[in-house]
Amino acid sequence: MTDTIPVRVWRGGDAGAFQTFDVALRDNQTVLDIVTDIQRRQDPTLSYRFACRVGVCGSCAMTVNGVPRWTCRTHVAKVAAEGVLTLEPLRNLPRLKDLAVDMTPFFDKWQKAGGTFEGRKTRDDAVDPVKPGSRARKAADAAIECINCAVCYAACDVVDWDPDYLGPAALNRVWTLVNDRRHARRSDTLDKAAQSGGCGSCHSQGACMRHCPVGLSPTESIAGLKRALLFSLLGGRL
Amino acid sequence: MIARHRRDRAYLAFLGHRISGIGLAVFLPLHFIVLAEVLSGEAALDSVLAFTAHPVVKAMEWLLLVLVCAHLIFGLRLLMLELRPWRGRGADRRGWILPGLILALAVGTLAMLGVV
Repeated sequence: MTDTIPVRVWRGGDAGAFQTFDVALRDNQTVLDIVTDIQRRQDPTLSYRFACRVGVCGSCAMTVNGVPRWTCRTHVAKVAAEGVLTLEPLRNLPRLKDLAVDMTPFFDKWQKAGGTFEGRKTRDDAVDPVKPGSRARKAADAAIECINCAVCYAACDVVDWDPDYLGPAALNRVWTLVNDRRHARRSDTLDKAAQSGGCGSCHSQGACMRHCPVGLSPTESIAGLKRALLFSLLGGRL
Repeated sequence: MIARHRRDRAYLAFLGHRISGIGLAVFLPLHFIVLAEVLSGEAALDSVLAFTAHPVVKAMEWLLLVLVCAHLIFGLRLLMLELRPWRGRGADRRGWILPGLILALAVGTLAMLGVV
């Protein structure tokens, strides 16, 4: 007889309830395998989101036993020490249905934060050289690998408290732009980081850097923005 | 009970900084009220000061010292986090948090014992 594990899964939108499924345990099983197993074998109406299954796309992020995670990179054996799995949609985003959230506010804030690169040159100009070893480029590189999975956004308490807070991912993106010497609107981008709900709202609780599946530190990026804004203010440029 | 996603030393530092700040904000008006008793004359001030010999007030004095020290340490940690570029391991200054708490408790206790 195969061992099973009780899996409590959030069903419905904001108004909903947990439904428990018993799912067969297998070797090297990920939490995403569990969700897929439920949908294929027990309830085809279960809604969730995934694409690559190998930690590249970031779309399968959910709350697993209270912690935001990529379910495809989370082994059941490592998170179900108490013999039960509780799966909920990501925190801080509107719940669409079951385990799927509406990512619109997350991406809207990315835009509101000024996360769009704007170059100075046209395709007819020579390529602008970037020194990989420069301090600014190293700072940008340290933060550049974000894939917008929203795990940090779900982990952040300030996002929960302040609906206007831009969130760790958007501000992390802003930090990469501020450090990109090819970016034409550095000053405007920095101004946007100072807006209400910008980097000044961060309380440096560090949940974003603790939970980022890529190992980035939005806390560090936001600290960098605060520092850059202070120097900008002291230099009379703000 | 701290929710699982908050179980990190940095969250403890946040809580410590906030709670000590609120504690100090509560203390300061009381402190000014006591000082204002000077205006009412020596007897009025003495009667309030006599109240501070009460063991409960003494315990609160220890707490006050711990709060001041904790608030100072966590504030310095934030300044280090935000004003200095992060370099290498330990740049998140998580390593300051537990020693900072212990230092705050020690300073409060040593001060109450009359050592410092």
